[in-house]
Amino acid sequence: MVQKIDDIIIQKTSRLMIPFMQLYSLYVLVHGHGSPGGGFQGGCVLAASFILMVFAFDIEFLKKKFSERNLLLFCCIGVFIYVGTGFLCILLGGKFLDYSFLSKILPCTPIMARYYGMAIIETGVQITVMAVMVSILLDLATVGNLE
Amino acid sequence: MEMIIDKFNYWCYIALILIGFYAMMAKGNLMKKLIGMNIFQWSIILFFVSISAKRGATIPILGGHGAVHDIINSIEYVNPLPHVLMLTAIVVGVATTGIALTLLIILYKKYGTLEEDEIIEELKK
Amino acid sequence: MRKISGILLTLIVGVLLVYGTFDLPKFADPKQPASIYLSPKYIEEIINETAVPNMVTAILADYRGYDTMFETAVIFTAGLAVMMLLRRDK
Repeated sequence: MVQKIDDIIIQKTSRLMIPFMQLYSLYVLVHGHGSPGGGFQGGCVLAASFILMVFAFDIEFLKKKFSERNLLLFCCIGVFIYVGTGFLCILLGGKFLDYSFLSKILPCTPIMARYYGMAIIETGVQITVMAVMVSILLDLATVGNLE
Repeated sequence: MEMIIDKFNYWCYIALILIGFYAMMAKGNLMKKLIGMNIFQWSIILFFVSISAKRGATIPILGGHGAVHDIINSIEYVNPLPHVLMLTAIVVGVATTGIALTLLIILYKKYGTLEEDEIIEELKK
Repeated sequence: MRKISGILLTLIVGVLLVYGTFDLPKFADPKQPASIYLSPKYIEEIINETAVPNMVTAILADYRGYDTMFETAVIFTAGLAVMMLLRRDK
């Protein structure tokens, strides 16, 4: 259902832009503490880089990189990182999602442990959002058959 | 008269709500109803974000845009709570739109059309 | 028929909504109830309890972290539902 367009300008420009978009998504994720950004925004920019691959090249190009099993694995890893951090805080003696108890593992004060705990869970959120958006795109564009 | 000028943001978002509502009620194509629902959803999100504005305040980042002070006064920062709640609402909107498009694909495969009248006629047979 | 009833319903809902805005506070009023009750406590205590300058990220990930966890579960469920509805059995 997605037409194959063989335009050389779009293809060469996308080859240049896609790595920079992925790097920019990591920048947005890490700088979520000091400027507008965070997990959801970084995940959307990362998904946008893969959607650009579909528009510039063929959709077979993206199907070869992401099999069904790997996409589902990425979705689950993101949620697992988030809930796993919460349970780790319980195991260390605090309440669920109480990041100040992470200072027993990480070498920092309890206030900075809340800072690092937020960074860890935003990573999990980014992975899940990226995987779900690419998965919805592939399912809607190929109407189900992913061989 | 001052009611119209002081509260003009509510009037703008009410106009968007009515556009989305009319599209959901009066159009016959299912895809246009879905776009109407999307417009409705976004206008509600913008309405909530407009509640958080404050006269003469700056963005909700401490130390951003020339607001470096030693004592933090809450009257010079914009209310951050509606922004946070609307981030969740945006993601829920994305999920709803994705599943609605999937249902439209399945309906099209089964009945061959996306017009509401023709689908109801097919169901009556 | 559908268009006339649609316009009529839209006008009735519009009149009701405009009547509802008579009681709402003015735009960008510093003394509205939304800016008095909970948000000054958040604004003044965020940099002392967590060392994060961005208030939106701090509230989203720390004070309201439970909601963000369920929101991640919601988008995961949406991806799963699209996968289950559209994949074909061989």
